Amino acid sequence: MRIVVLVKPVPDATGQERLRPDGRLDRSAAPPVLNGSDEYTLEAALRLVDANGGEVTLVAMAPAEGRDALRKGLAMGAARAVLVTDDLLAGSCTLSTMQVLAAVLRTIEFDLVLAGADSADGGGGVVGAGIATLLELPLVSGAAAIDAAGEGAIHVRRIVGTGEETVEVPLPALVVGTQLLGEPRYPTLKGIMGARAKEVAVRTLADLGLADAPIGGRSATTLVVAQRPPAARAAARVVREAPDVAAREVVDFLVERRAVR
Amino acid sequence: MSGAVWAVAELDADGLPTRLSLEAATAARTLAAAAGLSSAAIVAGVDPDPAAGALAQYADRVIVVRLPPGSSGSNVAAAGAIATAAVAEQPDVLVVGATPDGREASGILAARLGRGVLGNATGLAWSEGGDGAPTGPRVEMSVLGGRALTSSAFADGRGIITLRPGAVTAAPAEAAGTIDDVTIPAAASTGVHVLRRADAATRAASIEEAPIVVAGGRGLGGPDGVALLEELAGALGGAVAATRAAVDAGWLPFAVQVGQTGKTIRPAVYVGIGVSGAIQHRVGMQDAQTIVAINRDPDAPLAEHADLYVVGDLFEVVPAIVAALRARAT
Repeated sequence: MRIVVLVKPVPDATGQERLRPDGRLDRSAAPPVLNGSDEYTLEAALRLVDANGGEVTLVAMAPAEGRDALRKGLAMGAARAVLVTDDLLAGSCTLSTMQVLAAVLRTIEFDLVLAGADSADGGGGVVGAGIATLLELPLVSGAAAIDAAGEGAIHVRRIVGTGEETVEVPLPALVVGTQLLGEPRYPTLKGIMGARAKEVAVRTLADLGLADAPIGGRSATTLVVAQRPPAARAAARVVREAPDVAAREVVDFLVERRAVR
Repeated sequence: MSGAVWAVAELDADGLPTRLSLEAATAARTLAAAAGLSSAAIVAGVDPDPAAGALAQYADRVIVVRLPPGSSGSNVAAAGAIATAAVAEQPDVLVVGATPDGREASGILAARLGRGVLGNATGLAWSEGGDGAPTGPRVEMSVLGGRALTSSAFADGRGIITLRPGAVTAAPAEAAGTIDDVTIPAAASTGVHVLRRADAATRAASIEEAPIVVAGGRGLGGPDGVALLEELAGALGGAVAATRAAVDAGWLPFAVQVGQTGKTIRPAVYVGIGVSGAIQHRVGMQDAQTIVAINRDPDAPLAEHADLYVVGDLFEVVPAIVAALRARAT
């Protein structure tokens, strides 16, 4: 099975991340790491090829430094990576991101595309569904387990509002995962060494035939108008009394806040 | 002035609009009134009539898209039908709930309409411009794990907004709206078909709609801690929630996970027991109006975000709280 896993290098959540005055993310403030949600889909992809054969390709759109974050995915077991990077993409909106990733997917042969539920920095959680729509691929989200089902199909157990369901999906398709896909593996030393030799193919907008397209920062559909720090929350009232005294304080507090009558 | 603001409704297990859908309908109506645009709520389903009736109390117009009987219950089918109606009518702004289904619908709408998305709005207003962006909605968002608030706009004033629960208070309109059936061409089958369904054993109170949420983390330690969590939630009349650690440990279901990759809640009261308050959890609950935490560690990150912080052993404090609540109730 030829699987593409969409991954996003995101700033490491160390507390140092910040916005620039123009409202864009200051990517120099925190080094990029692999987005947490994407590690679960990568794990699912690796299990599928472990069981059924095939290869995993990582696809990302990021500044050039994002290459370092892709190394971890290669060390986990992906065969190669494709990084779309271009100065014109700085300040891209969600729509541009969908369009660029859809364009690069048109240049790759695949059976299955996996996308994470959301990104740690933007968190919109809309890009996977948008790409499936642009490429007219069957779309299944909320995946908790993915299994091969003969030639050209997979079974996906997915979380839905009322419980869960299992669906049969013809390939090629795009599946959006959840953390229920399973704990991501740690790269082995062999994997880390091997990752150095793996290819990270770099593509620019011109390579994708999008040099003159209304795409990227210059055509962003959204802009930040203002930013401010959040209002500070008053310091907590700290209770260190014995359990029964502390419990009465909690109940009194909840009564005061009208949570308890 | 022509143009419209739409709310996209999501239905609960009973086929009625979720509270967040009513909040979205209220937001759409309020934005449209400020802008001099018309407003509508759109609902798609096999049996959308009960939902349409409920939405009409909150919207000037309800657009009803009937899916053919036997349609998959999948959100993709409903979202695709809504997108087809939106492509035909070209509303300027669409307000969608920031839920898993709402985000999926927003991605489909963005791709079909060629519009941008402003995600996870915590506040909405209409602006006539003059702030460096054109006339249109201004969308407040909490970013970088709550360390910055931004106000954003659409470059051409038009786009899709996903709305966090509790950002807007649902308020009925002065008069019930009209209900319009629209007919759209049947969509081609995607080939995805349901093999089997398993409904959740109990229909837990929705943590996104519950005014009181009691969350448990790693400190629960196991089934005994979970039993205490459920007892406290029962005594408070609240819903049970969990951190990722408690879900990963298999103590509580993913459906009640709060935080990044889980749900975002904004209850009146959040009570965290055995919750350290890692940033990945806080992004899902820090906008709760009141935050109470019980934890052995006086220096856990949640201490900085709580209104009341009890330093103590949850296995001693929680039973005492439950007993005190029961004593009050009798």
